[in-house]
Amino acid sequence: MSLLEVKNLNIEFTTLDGVVNAVNNLNFAVDKGEALGIVGESGSGKSQTILSIMGLLASNGRATGEILFKGQDLLKTPEKEMNRIRGKQIAMIFQDPMTSLNPYLRISTQMTEVLRLHEGCSKAEARKRALEMLDLVKIPDAKNRLDRYPHEFSGGMRQRVVIAMALLCRPELIIADEPTTALDVTVQAQILRLLEDIRQEFNTGIIMITHDLGVVATICDQVLVMYSGAVMERGSLQDIFKRPLNPYTRGLLHSVPLPDQSRGEPLYSIPGNPPNMLQKIQGCAFNPRCEFSSERCFQSKPELIEAGPGHWKACYRESGELEAFERGKVS
Amino acid sequence: MPSYILKRLLSAIPTIFVIISLAFFLIRAAPGGPFDTDRALPPEVEANLNAKYHLDDPLVVQYGRYLWDVLRGDLGPSFQYRDFTVNELIASGFPVSLRLGLSAVLLAMVIGGAAGIIAALRQNTATDYGVMSFAMLGISIPNFVVAPLLIMIFAVNLGWLPAGGWNDGAFKNTILPIVSLALLQVAFVARIARGAMIEVLRSNYIRTARAKGLPGWQIILKHGIKPAMLPVVSYLGPAAAAVITGSVVIEQIYGIPGLGRHFVQGALNRDYTLVMGVVIFYGFLIIAFNLLVDIIYAWLDPKVRYS
Repeated sequence: MSLLEVKNLNIEFTTLDGVVNAVNNLNFAVDKGEALGIVGESGSGKSQTILSIMGLLASNGRATGEILFKGQDLLKTPEKEMNRIRGKQIAMIFQDPMTSLNPYLRISTQMTEVLRLHEGCSKAEARKRALEMLDLVKIPDAKNRLDRYPHEFSGGMRQRVVIAMALLCRPELIIADEPTTALDVTVQAQILRLLEDIRQEFNTGIIMITHDLGVVATICDQVLVMYSGAVMERGSLQDIFKRPLNPYTRGLLHSVPLPDQSRGEPLYSIPGNPPNMLQKIQGCAFNPRCEFSSERCFQSKPELIEAGPGHWKACYRESGELEAFERGKVS
Repeated sequence: MPSYILKRLLSAIPTIFVIISLAFFLIRAAPGGPFDTDRALPPEVEANLNAKYHLDDPLVVQYGRYLWDVLRGDLGPSFQYRDFTVNELIASGFPVSLRLGLSAVLLAMVIGGAAGIIAALRQNTATDYGVMSFAMLGISIPNFVVAPLLIMIFAVNLGWLPAGGWNDGAFKNTILPIVSLALLQVAFVARIARGAMIEVLRSNYIRTARAKGLPGWQIILKHGIKPAMLPVVSYLGPAAAAVITGSVVIEQIYGIPGLGRHFVQGALNRDYTLVMGVVIFYGFLIIAFNLLVDIIYAWLDPKVRYS
């Protein structure tokens, strides 16, 4: 049994302008000690997916399908019981360290409340463990910093505090929503190393939401590429980076600037913008922006099919076709 | 912090000075004088009165003398209430207004704050609409309508409470005036608290708190109340200064010997010293309450540190 298994997940939001399908028929699984990267542009539904796992969708959102955490369907779990899972067994690291800590409370208060709530620690015990955790995430002089307020920390430090807070109860699954986007590159590398260490030490499952393929390559074993609320491609890190089968994945990989690219050469970007979620799209959601689209792509939506062992794609084009097309374009 | 408070108090001195000067010259710029009556006084009587109260001195001399008196804490004799000094009038009226005002502010904070927070938690439900409609009524119905209405219902029709009078501050006599006075403040605070709480509930740190598995009430009490109270505090500071110095309307309708009516009566009677005294007192309170708000702010918000 996987640690987390998402089956046929659909998320829709009722808005004044109509019903928005944020996520369509999503399937994936994460095992213990495994790191899954979910990649996609803004609005692809990745953040809503993880919020639905946590049971934290906005009140106008509704998730259907199954989210099985150690076999228990979280979508059917009552709020009170969810509170015993959230923060204890599944912990979340949010993307913006500047705003995800409460500016009005001391770090010690915000950290110890998790332990006191879930593990019934005494105040002294909770402080001791909070301090150990701050040491683990390499906050220098943690002893003196424990009783400080968030604004007294730098961005990188705050993100470490957020991570330390998520780790306090030794969760079995960590969900990280772009944990490094707000940070500069050196701090980013430290934070990723830290997550990697934790994964190896505690055999924690990790779901990493990002639009940075560099982050994915550093930490993830499995990758899920999402576009407009649906899976475009899913596979191992090798599959996705070496043998991408979906034009969208290829577009994302092409968009990464390379250091040996000559100066003045324009950077590649996928033309156009993600579709408006209020409009129903005929056929493949990516087809208006896709260089490889054919008549067929407008007519019907490609199903997610297994193209190789563990490598799934939603595209009508064969991999040979994509390469031939690209070669043709170059010559 | 103590040095900050001292600095603030010292910087209040020029403000008070400006208030005194403005009050002094403005009231004298108004046509008429304290001893004008329907029937003209015999000129020698008027001259005598003016001489007694030094109103025949040049304006600059009067101003200088008044400043010196205020500096010694003496606001002078009242021109209208001949047997009283302004100090005595304030000393007798202020405790009454203070008691009504503080009760109203307290009600506003507790009831208004709670109603606003509940409305925010139940946003766009019947509860929310109910609270907000009530608040809208509270804001739009002036207290000279509310007060007689309350008297009609609770004093005349039901006979539960006295229609007016102070009766040495008996609890029964204070209920209607306090309610009339508090209504507007409760409504304002409810609206402010609701807006602030909605903003707080949308913030990322509340989402973090939920992701930690904290139960709802703990999220509100521990993470939400403090930031949601900040705008309420900044509104209530100056509002409290205004409320505790008395409301003319309320004091007139209920026949209460507070400070509020001295404002208006003093001005109408050209009771120079009384108006100036009350204005200075009010200015002083506003400064004090603003300082108090800033101190409370520093206590609520760790990012605010004064030096």
